[in-house]
Amino acid sequence: MTVIPKETLIGRRIPKLDAPAKTTGETRYINDLALPGMLHGKILRTDRVHARIVRIDTSAARALPGVHAVITAADTPGVPLGHGRDNPPLKGDRVRTIRDEIAAVAADTEAIAAEALRLIRVEYEDLPAVFSVHEALRPGAPVLHDRHPDNIPFTFDYSHGDLAAGEQASDVVIEDTFKLHYVTHCCMGVSGVIATFDTTGQLTIYSQTQIPFLYKRDIAPVIGVPPDRIRVIQPPLGGGFGSKLDIYPFEPICVFLARVTQRPVRILFTREEEFIASPTRQPVEFTLRSGVKKDGTLMFRDARTLHDNGGYTSWGATTPFVMMQTISSLYRVPHCRYHTTVVYTNNPYAGSFRGYGNLQATFAVESHMDRLAEAVGMDPLALRLKNAQAPGETTPQGMHFITCGLRDCLQTAAERSDFVKKHATNRAGQTGPIRRGIGIASLVHVGGGANIYRTDGCGTILKLDDFAQATVLTGASEIGQGSETVIAQFVAEELGLPLTSIQVVNNDTEITPWDVGVHASRTTFIAGNSALRAARKARTKLLAAAGQQLGADPATLDLRGGHVVDATSGEARLEIGKLIRSLHFAGKHEVVMTTEYYEPPSVMQDREFKGNVSATYAFGTQAIELEVDTETGVVRIQKVTAAHDVGRVINRLGIEGQIEGGVVMGIGYATTEDLMVSEGRVLNPCFRDYKLVTAPEVPEIDTTFLETLDPHGPAGAKGVGEAPAIPTAVAIANALYNATGVRFRELPFTPEKVLRRLREAAEGKP
Amino acid sequence: MSITKAISFTLNGQATRIEVPVDMDALTMIRDVLKLTGTKLGCGEGECGACTILVDGTAVNSCLMFAVDCDGRELTTIEGLATPAGRSVLQRAFVEHGAVQCGFCTPGLVMQGTYLLRQNPGLTVADIRRGIEGNLCRCTGYQKVIEAIAAAVHEIEKGDRA
Ligand code: FES
Ligand code: FES
Repeated sequence: MTVIPKETLIGRRIPKLDAPAKTTGETRYINDLALPGMLHGKILRTDRVHARIVRIDTSAARALPGVHAVITAADTPGVPLGHGRDNPPLKGDRVRTIRDEIAAVAADTEAIAAEALRLIRVEYEDLPAVFSVHEALRPGAPVLHDRHPDNIPFTFDYSHGDLAAGEQASDVVIEDTFKLHYVTHCCMGVSGVIATFDTTGQLTIYSQTQIPFLYKRDIAPVIGVPPDRIRVIQPPLGGGFGSKLDIYPFEPICVFLARVTQRPVRILFTREEEFIASPTRQPVEFTLRSGVKKDGTLMFRDARTLHDNGGYTSWGATTPFVMMQTISSLYRVPHCRYHTTVVYTNNPYAGSFRGYGNLQATFAVESHMDRLAEAVGMDPLALRLKNAQAPGETTPQGMHFITCGLRDCLQTAAERSDFVKKHATNRAGQTGPIRRGIGIASLVHVGGGANIYRTDGCGTILKLDDFAQATVLTGASEIGQGSETVIAQFVAEELGLPLTSIQVVNNDTEITPWDVGVHASRTTFIAGNSALRAARKARTKLLAAAGQQLGADPATLDLRGGHVVDATSGEARLEIGKLIRSLHFAGKHEVVMTTEYYEPPSVMQDREFKGNVSATYAFGTQAIELEVDTETGVVRIQKVTAAHDVGRVINRLGIEGQIEGGVVMGIGYATTEDLMVSEGRVLNPCFRDYKLVTAPEVPEIDTTFLETLDPHGPAGAKGVGEAPAIPTAVAIANALYNATGVRFRELPFTPEKVLRRLREAAEGKP
Repeated sequence: MSITKAISFTLNGQATRIEVPVDMDALTMIRDVLKLTGTKLGCGEGECGACTILVDGTAVNSCLMFAVDCDGRELTTIEGLATPAGRSVLQRAFVEHGAVQCGFCTPGLVMQGTYLLRQNPGLTVADIRRGIEGNLCRCTGYQKVIEAIAAAVHEIEKGDRA
């Protein structure tokens, strides 16, 4: 008798299924794909920040041998795209930012296309431009879009409690303005797209999108192709991080070129173009006023933020959705108000970026928790613990924390880093140019999707072939984060099959069922639940059939190691493949195929932004130790102690990678990365001048996972893709204060800026 | 049309003859002419390491090298690391240790790592960190990449070849 013991894949270190091909160069990204007859597209971007287009002369470009098409706005429907529907793919009458697309070329080679761009003559009439939100709000300021004569496309307001009463009841009130800068995604694979029509007019787009199904809906009116005639195929992505959540002009432009040439066309950015013409993280001026009682009880919070929207509206404008959650609900606060004004300027525009406004909001909130603690003479950990949310709470914004590991995260990060002692010792006074500091900060973020589309669901189709190979068709895209592997784990676990028997298909809208998209840290939770439930249905069917054949109660059977086994003894009774074959070839002649559409138990927020927008929430705390050289301004991060409430670890290898990558991205945001924008122009569009963190600068990262076993999570898991990047920058700001006694309110902490701030403080500016 | 030149070199062990424009870079030759797309273009300016290959055993940013300068040399790209016996020690270590997320930087890092291991099989963690300084990765935070290369050092000490 063969006995198969019960084993679990959950929580193990599982190498990513797509990793082997990525180490051999076999993986073909969009950058590596070429279709037969494919032409190369390039886009002419303006060099003016704000101007009227008087005339575009493309005749010389058209005459260049090897050029197949030159298009301008006049050749397109002119339907604007983007979240604000204010951004025509090609601009016909006016340009508002230096990235603006005004013409495009399809040619035999990239070099010919580039040469053709140089031959296009554009005549402009410059318009007065505006580069700061304050200027743009002044009466008489240049207007960017006639629809918004005040330059304000959106405002956001949220409140609960009674602010005046909260202020009255406070013993200490503080106010600060924080300035959060431009950074950009820097996906290592640049942006690209391939579009091709077949003879029947069916359009296939090879796209890097993170939202393949909404993409079809959104791009259809812009290109004048009905959504049911569009197929979206997603080759592996060279990085996403939120940058591919909206449609950007290059994609419809590629479709236009494919249509006029009747050939496949590929557009690939250069790295310089990537820096200039892809979205940024939302820059924000964040004014926060907070009050606390002497005993450390938080009484109120009043946040006002100004968003530089740039020339057009993409997702960056909507980051207040997430910002206000941290303001209202990371700590208990009885009285709260939040207001955002989004303002058009002639600067670059922001999209969504891992954390979605939460890095900025957490920067303000966690800077204030430190300042309030000092004002009432508590240590920063004690003040946070006093006000931290606990499991079971529903916050005034309506967020329901069924599980909440915040206090455990705080305590774990503090204990493992010896925070309280080090914090007090550092503060007691240091001499010499090198100062040591430790800082702490926490976060809350959606961990079970974000219900912003009436549905936040994901579909799965699961089929088993007659050799017990499972194919999982999921709507959820793999963007490098490892969702494919996690989905395979869930299915393998339920069906008692080895991981090698699971194929995940996730990259073609013609094959896969609907999903909202990869955003809001939702894939493990939503797509995971969907796959898990589809697998459970298949499992039920297999066990019922096995029970019948074996004359056993299905409840006494289990699936393990490719076999139906006796659940108690583990004795192997029947091979799963054989069972499936018997279903095909005998009896009712049936296949084992199941479907699932998982809809999480969350709701869309009401007009006041209240409601339980996510099925669960992720929490975490990071304690960061650093050294700062007060003579050079150089900040060296030495150790990050991270404690994250992840619900349950599914793939330990994958989740460690998410935390480490997120922390290092947070360190980059705080210390090295700075997209310098001056008068609307990007001054440093290359890696030499835009510094990503490199390997020698990576500190020791000590990660602890707190498993709160969320009742709605798949096997108890929460989504954590964004969480680790969120509190890092402000933990560093708090550590800088601990080291120097100087509060840093403006990112980034590059040596020049640190020195400038230290000098300023020495001259008396608090 | 630009002037072209006939060159010959060994590519992943195979003798190769090719005529290339004199102003073409080696990366374009490898990717667009020879159709080996495993080597990646991340910046084209020598700043990211995605295009790293071995030229006569030395790690080089192929985007900065002229194709004609490959004449008479021995080139190894990511496609040339695996043998019929399977993926190299380092390639396997990258998989096992979670060093791959989106994977776009991976071929460059594997080539750089291979170079470092061949130069000095007794590499320390500090050597590894410094050795991969020129390779940017946006996803992993480098920690798992460092662990993977360190693990390969260990395997090689046990007798496997880099
Ligand atoms: S592509 Fe060669 S270094 Fe970036
Ligand atoms: S794995 Fe994505 S850039 Fe390194």
